[in-house]
Amino acid sequence: MVPVTKPKGWVVLVLRLLALAATASATIVMGLNKETKTFVVATVGTTPIKATFSAKFQHTPAFVFFVIANGLVSFHNLVMISVNLFGKKLDYKGLRLAMIAIFDLLNTVLVSAGVNGAVYMAELGKYGNSHARWNKICDRFKTFCDHGGGAIIASFIGLALMIVISIISIVKLAKSKSNTPLLGEP
Amino acid sequence: MTMTKRIITNLLRLIALGATVAAIVVMVTSHQSAEVFNLTFTAKFSNEPVFKYFVVAEAIACGYTLVVLILSSRSLLWRLIVILDAVMTAVLTSSISAALAIARVGKKGNSHAGWLPICGQVPKFCDHVTGALVCGFVAAIVYALLLVFSLYSALGPVFGVKP
Repeated sequence: MVPVTKPKGWVVLVLRLLALAATASATIVMGLNKETKTFVVATVGTTPIKATFSAKFQHTPAFVFFVIANGLVSFHNLVMISVNLFGKKLDYKGLRLAMIAIFDLLNTVLVSAGVNGAVYMAELGKYGNSHARWNKICDRFKTFCDHGGGAIIASFIGLALMIVISIISIVKLAKSKSNTPLLGEP
Repeated sequence: MTMTKRIITNLLRLIALGATVAAIVVMVTSHQSAEVFNLTFTAKFSNEPVFKYFVVAEAIACGYTLVVLILSSRSLLWRLIVILDAVMTAVLTSSISAALAIARVGKKGNSHAGWLPICGQVPKFCDHVTGALVCGFVAAIVYALLLVFSLYSALGPVFGVKP
């Protein structure tokens, strides 16, 4: 069976564009995630004492890693799209497809680590942990939680797309140089 | 695949298998009770959803490694194995990343959210969980090495070397 590569070229491009959009939006939404609220902490006599609390994404290392990981993956997708569109002749010792596959795999692992670290911190913030006496914060900082949740959903979509892109890259790599069928002895 | 490559791949898979099994066993057997102000404070791994996910993810990777080790004589599905190795690496890194995030909150707290660290009250539980996380980290790194090595050995002609 003749491997069909020409019509498949635009499938990966569209997937990369979608993954770029997903991870870039996750980075931006989480990076700008900040909410400041003033609460009444105590009442002395008749005057309420107010204190200002703020929820920022930098307070949690998991969210910082989330922003950095999604930023790196969106940069990777950007580079891959530009190489696909403008650098069709770029090749380094015949290792072009191999490098694309390896970088796609590395970035899939990176975004997987980033999004899963952030989702459990978000779950802790939303439901708290009664056993450890950690109170939930989402009832007071609703916008912060909503934005964070949206960013995490976008990053999960980006993760799914990156897995599909990695599989396509590996299959392209395997089909290009060797003439063996898809299932067979190496 | 030559004998050397097969031996190295199986050795890496055995190390990963051992690391995942150790991570599961150490995490499941971690519990400690502490008395704070006449309140019994029981710390178990199942109180925290992250550690349950950690155990499940390591179990999935452990089962997959076992299946591939047993079926390694028939290499008809080597391309599927390479792809599943990549997926398992992503699963393992995700589990260790999530568990590390929550464990850091348990160890150092989060002053902005008012979350106090619990390692002062249950030090034995903290040490147990730390051990399990180290095993999980080793499993993730070994799986990353295994993935690179699987790509190298399974797609040998592409890299300009003989498989």
